[in-house]
Parts: sequence; C-alpha cells; structure tokens
Amino acid sequence: MVTLNSYLVLGAVLFSIGAVGVFTQRNALIIYMCIELMLNAVNLTFIAFSRFLNSLDGHVFVFMIMAVAAAEAAVGLAIFISLFRNKETVNVDNFNLCKG
Amino acid sequence: MQLLMFYIFGFGAVVSALLMVTNKRPVRAAMSLVATMSFLAGLYVLLDAHLIAALQLIVYAGAIMVLFLFVIMLLNIEEKEGLLGVNTILLQFLGMLVVGMLFVTMVSLFKVDGAPLTLGAVADDFGTTKAVGMMLFTEYLLPFEIASVLLLAAIVGAVILAKRRIDDSE
Repeated sequence: MVTLNSYLVLGAVLFSIGAVGVFTQRNALIIYMCIELMLNAVNLTFIAFSRFLNSLDGHVFVFMIMAVAAAEAAVGLAIFISLFRNKETVNVDNFNLCKG
Repeated sequence: MQLLMFYIFGFGAVVSALLMVTNKRPVRAAMSLVATMSFLAGLYVLLDAHLIAALQLIVYAGAIMVLFLFVIMLLNIEEKEGLLGVNTILLQFLGMLVVGMLFVTMVSLFKVDGAPLTLGAVADDFGTTKAVGMMLFTEYLLPFEIASVLLLAAIVGAVILAKRRIDDSE
C-alpha cells in the first residue's frame, strides 16, 4: 500500500542528492544536470500531491516547470558554450573573475 | 503490485541519481540522468499522471537530455577518471545524510489523525491529456500564453549567446 509519504520521501531523497551534487561537483555541466534532477524531484512532489488532493492544478504547474526547464536548458547551455569558448574548460574552479 | 512497481522505479531512480552525482565523465552522468528521468516517468504513470509521464519522456528525456549530450560532445569535454575521489564521495554522502535528514523529516511529518495519507479515488479521466488541456485552456490560460513568451525569450537569448562574435564590433 503506497502512501503519500512514500512519494514525498522519494522526492526529498532525490532533491537532496541533487543539492549535494550541486555543492560538490567540479564540472559545470554535471552541476547543471543536478539542478535538473532537483527540478524533477519537485515535479514528483507536485504530482503526488495533485493525486492525493484530486486536483489537476499540480499537473498544470508541472507543465509550467517543464517549459521553464526547457527554456533554462537552452539558455544555460548557450552560456556554457560561450564560457567554454573563452576559457577552454568547464571546471568551475577556474571561473574566478569575480574574486576580490 | 503497485507497491512492487513503486519500489522498482524508486530504487532505480535513486541509484541512477547517485550514479549521476558521483561521476566525473559528463556523458555517463547524462545517461544516468536519462535513466533517472525514465524511472520518474514510470512513477508518474503510477500516480495516474499520464500526460505528464509522456511529456517527461518526450521533453525531458528526449529533448533536454539530448541537448545536453549534444553540447557535451560539441565541446568535447572528457575527464579521464571514472568516479570522483574517495574523499569527495564521502563528503557527498555526508552531505546527503544531512540534507536528506532535513527533508525526509519534513515530509514524514505529514500525517492526518496519526495515520499515513493514502491515495484516494479520483475521476476516470484524471491526468489525461483532455483533462489537463481543459485546465490549461480555461483556468490557466494566462500562464500558458506567458509560457510561450518565455520560450520565445529563451530562443532569442540562446541564439544571441551562442553566436560567434565578430572581433571589430562591441
């Protein structure tokens, strides 16, 4: 018998895995993939709540999140391409132009 | 049966996510993320979210991740080592414990009258394309139109950002 708590716990676990990946990874592209993982975990939470509350609002919001994630993927990868053109690396340790 | 499918998809999603986070090679990380998204699509079907499950496979796993792989191979980024160093993986697991305990505690506290929340019955067309489409085109029409403007802005931004600059202008 799957309860709502199971889905929420799974969403929380996936979100924390993505969050830790953002903190500890050195490759900028993998950091970005961890952000996408966090968005997916939030999608799972929305769908679970929408099913539990018998309301389609969660589905519409997940639709919007997917649209935003697609737009963000396009622009973010364009930024990565520009960065890579300048620096020839995607290691985030090397992007320290703003350092005081 | 549902419990078994939930555990299969959930376990697969968590294992693929861990593989993605501890990988140094971007192509393997991207493939692990594709696997995670596919397992999540299975979970959406378990939750009667049929349209969102199909969109997850088409948009997320089929378009966004392919774009990722395209960019990875275009920039030709390849790290020589396989997984991150042992110290980093230990640090990651420690971090996951700390962050995970916070979130898991938060969501485990959702209880009504001391009993865990079960998923009740829903309408026959819950989560189908028709039902979600009706919502999108009647109640949520404005966000729907603004999403199209957002996508237009993203297209324009991506084209401008990725354009090769001519040296004598700006």
